[in-house]
Amino acid sequence: MGIRFVLMVNKQGQTRLAQYYEYLTLEERRALEGEIVRKCLARNEQQCSFVEHRNYKVVYRRYASLFFLVGVDNEENELAILEFIHLLVETMDRHFGNVCELDIMFHLEKAHFMLEEMVMNGCIVETSKSNILSPIQLMDKAS
Amino acid sequence: MMDSFFQRSLEDIIKGLRLCPPGTEPTFIAKSLDDIRREIKSSDRSTKATALQKLTYLHSIHGVDMSWAAFHSVELASSSTHSHKRIAFLSASLSFNPSSTDVILLLTHQLRKDLSSSNAHDVSLALSTLSSICNPDLCRDLTPELFTLLGSSKFFVRKKAIAVVLRVFEEYPDAVRVCFKRIVENLETSDMGILSAVVELLCELTVKEPRSYLPLAPEFYKILVDSRNNWVLIKVLKIFAKLIPLEPRLGKRVVEPICEHLRRMGAKSLAFECVRMIVTSLSEHESALRLAVGTVREFLLDDDPNLKYLGLQALAIVAQKHMWAVLENKELVVKALSDVDPNIKLEALRLVMSTVSADNVMDICTILISHALKSDPEFCNEILGCIFLTCSRNFYEVIFDFEWYVSFLGEMARIPYCQKGTEIETQLVDIGMRVKDARLELVSVARDLVIDPALLGNPFVHGVLAAAAWISGEYVNLSRNPFELMEALLQPRTSLLTPSVRSVYIQSAFKVLMFCIYSYVKLDGDDTSYPSGLTESVSERDLGRSFATVGSESLSDSELDNENVVITGGQPPSFSSRKQHLTEESIMGLINLAETNLGPLSGSDEVEIQDRASNVLGFIKLVKPKLHGCLDQSRGDIMKDELKAPEMIKLIYDLFSEELGPVSLNAQERVPLPDGLALKENLGDLEAICGDVEFSLPMSFSLVKPQMAAQDSAHVLECPSKEVCEPSSESTSLLAEHRKRHGLYYLPPEDKEVVDKDYQPTREPKGKAIDATEDLVKLTEPFFVKKKSNRVKPRPVVVKLDDVEEANVLVEKHEFKPDLLSGAVQEVLLGNEATASSSRKSSNKSNNDITNTAESSQASFVGSGRRKHHTHGKGRTNRTSGKEKEERSHKDEHKRDSRDHKHKSRQRAEGTLNVDVQSSVIPDFLL
Repeated sequence: MGIRFVLMVNKQGQTRLAQYYEYLTLEERRALEGEIVRKCLARNEQQCSFVEHRNYKVVYRRYASLFFLVGVDNEENELAILEFIHLLVETMDRHFGNVCELDIMFHLEKAHFMLEEMVMNGCIVETSKSNILSPIQLMDKAS
Repeated sequence: MMDSFFQRSLEDIIKGLRLCPPGTEPTFIAKSLDDIRREIKSSDRSTKATALQKLTYLHSIHGVDMSWAAFHSVELASSSTHSHKRIAFLSASLSFNPSSTDVILLLTHQLRKDLSSSNAHDVSLALSTLSSICNPDLCRDLTPELFTLLGSSKFFVRKKAIAVVLRVFEEYPDAVRVCFKRIVENLETSDMGILSAVVELLCELTVKEPRSYLPLAPEFYKILVDSRNNWVLIKVLKIFAKLIPLEPRLGKRVVEPICEHLRRMGAKSLAFECVRMIVTSLSEHESALRLAVGTVREFLLDDDPNLKYLGLQALAIVAQKHMWAVLENKELVVKALSDVDPNIKLEALRLVMSTVSADNVMDICTILISHALKSDPEFCNEILGCIFLTCSRNFYEVIFDFEWYVSFLGEMARIPYCQKGTEIETQLVDIGMRVKDARLELVSVARDLVIDPALLGNPFVHGVLAAAAWISGEYVNLSRNPFELMEALLQPRTSLLTPSVRSVYIQSAFKVLMFCIYSYVKLDGDDTSYPSGLTESVSERDLGRSFATVGSESLSDSELDNENVVITGGQPPSFSSRKQHLTEESIMGLINLAETNLGPLSGSDEVEIQDRASNVLGFIKLVKPKLHGCLDQSRGDIMKDELKAPEMIKLIYDLFSEELGPVSLNAQERVPLPDGLALKENLGDLEAICGDVEFSLPMSFSLVKPQMAAQDSAHVLECPSKEVCEPSSESTSLLAEHRKRHGLYYLPPEDKEVVDKDYQPTREPKGKAIDATEDLVKLTEPFFVKKKSNRVKPRPVVVKLDDVEEANVLVEKHEFKPDLLSGAVQEVLLGNEATASSSRKSSNKSNNDITNTAESSQASFVGSGRRKHHTHGKGRTNRTSGKEKEERSHKDEHKRDSRDHKHKSRQRAEGTLNVDVQSSVIPDFLL
């Protein structure tokens, strides 16, 4: 399993989206998020985007006020994960138009669906923006 | 209806949470939860859906427990409205625990329905859900549907089905037999999404157990050469990185395409993966390695901290085998040690430490320490920790100059914010015990530490001081000046130390004091034989000898008389200087010093301190009055009763003179087993007997037990007709006892003599006692009989055996699981070819002329391997460019590589005869 979890966290450290690809209890999730967020938020722009945490590697990137953190196996290619984060942000940008924290807060489900299209079971299955967004656009049309 | 009208939407909740004044959030959430609990029971689907949606949000973002609502998710999942279904499945995938949420099984039917739905979105939704909640039951039940979907014409469904399969395989390995063939077929697809999913799936599987996937190497090779999708290429590279160690010949094939990718320098991610691949699996290919190290250098020179970090990681991998790569980039690595990013610094540090060898350890440590002094305390400690760890690795493997290392350790302890006191402490003592040659330097380092009053105030150093004090005491015979040691160990500022350290100080002071007095007495005694003028010259002469011998023989024998070493061979310079101090006044001064400083401590609150202080004081009390007499005696006035003083001192001194050394972990095993000690005997058995018997029977009776324990099983075997019904061991043994006593009422056992012989010796001496207890035994017999009938369970021993066996079976089952997966994969890979062959055989023969020779030579091999060949041939028929032809020949060679493997194993199994054919054929293909 390449990707273990995807987190979106704001500058204050509040979780805005959490998707885990392996089952963790609520306590484990809370502890993990707390530790990782503390580690990553303390770092500045000149520092690299990789943090080792327990048996994960966390690859993170900051976009405006939002941090995107992806926990991966040690085998995983860090740079590819950075590209994945960028793709995710671009996709959301295309859908929401200049995505911001509020978009994700109020459309959490959509964000989850986009992720669902891109990642399944920790594997990246889709990298084309239009393919990712087409089911969501269909849904929007339907409702 | 009213419910839904007044129901707050998810948006209301989010807005409400945002408007919450700080601190009131929990109340707001609790209130919303109350609403949700009410609404979720509603019969109106959309009310229920909104409630579940809100709950999912609170669960996912605010960590609210929603396990109680699992059933509602299941209920809503059956809704025909797609948006409701989505809400239900999302809540399920975010909150269900695959191993403990029991309502998951209720979803089986719904999932099956959705998986076979004509609406592709329903299908994809069900697949996503399945991937996050699947457990073995669900996998088993839904495998047929998954199998169908693996061949779906809708690419985005097929792709998701492939991604789910990974989880399914893990949970339910039998699915491999059904699905694996279809998955492999998907490797030929033109759709990037599907290819990416398949490659990713195979990559995950390969990482776990590479060997099974060797036969797929040709397919992977094709992707490596053809694909332009970075993500796919990265995964294929990862697969090859696992396969190459198993089949080194693959390396020759893939090295060129990989270098090609690297030279193209497209995406950095791909370039890095190529580098990582080369340094891990292809490092023996010189040119490729050069290229990779060149790329690493570019990474290190880049401004992007990410590339720098990864470059250092890659370099650390190369360093294990090719040190030159690090040396070439030395200045960059050293520069990275002072990077702004702690992670990069750490990575650089790890890299530097991995290059440490016996030749450069001193240089590296010097460089690192100068860095450590410049950098922040945290990183400084990180550096120190790394140095200590590396230097002590494998019993100080890299350290040749221990004098340097010991003084280095001493210096490190003085770094103001050094928090590695524990490491220094352990290593100082450890070196003291292990490295005899380093002791002289060690003692002088310890002296410098102990004597410095400034260090006592720093709590981080206390551990080091304890080690220093211990060393000063233990190896005081190597000390130049025990008097100053004594003063240092007893200085008033030692009150700043923690009690445990302080007690070490007192104990060391004891040893030093003891040593001084002993040397003094000894010296005085020797004065008669040593003309005072000569001592100086004798010691001068000894100097050379002692240094020559100290390494080879001197202290190797721990039983070696320490006094000799000290006074003659030991360290003459210190001896001579010491001698000058050894006067009656100085000794008395020393004793008084100890008395005044330790006196108050005999009333200390800390037991350790009190204990040790009292020891010293007691010793002083004993020795002090006799010292005068001892002097007299040495002058020649031999008085009988005072002769004891030096002897006593010597005795106590000897207590401390036995050398302490490191103890091997398996020292206990080397202790020879004394005769007659039966360690293998089952004592648990014995305990069961004695435990029950002892309380009612006198001692003499239980003494006979051991023999009986050995006998009772024999008895069972001998007379099964009588004793088969005696289930518990103690009853059996009692019966045996009974038989022994009332032998004439029993039928004689066949090997009666043996029994008699065994019992006789123990019985005879105890004869009387047993007679005396016979009545008692008789009295208690009914009691035992009753007890016997209560205990119908099998004997403890038997139960134990059962336990063990059961445990074994469980373990086996557990371990079997991964094997099951790979076994299934192998089976499918072989079986796959077998079935595929029949239909494709004919179409292939024609376009396989290049490999005709191979075919014929391998014709003797059994079917499947050969047929596999055909499978690929079929794949190839569609593509006919000139380039393809070349490639095909590569590929064929590959196939043979992998096939050889299979054949080898299969041949071994079948014991066939083609060994010589094979051995002559393979090299031609491969080289």
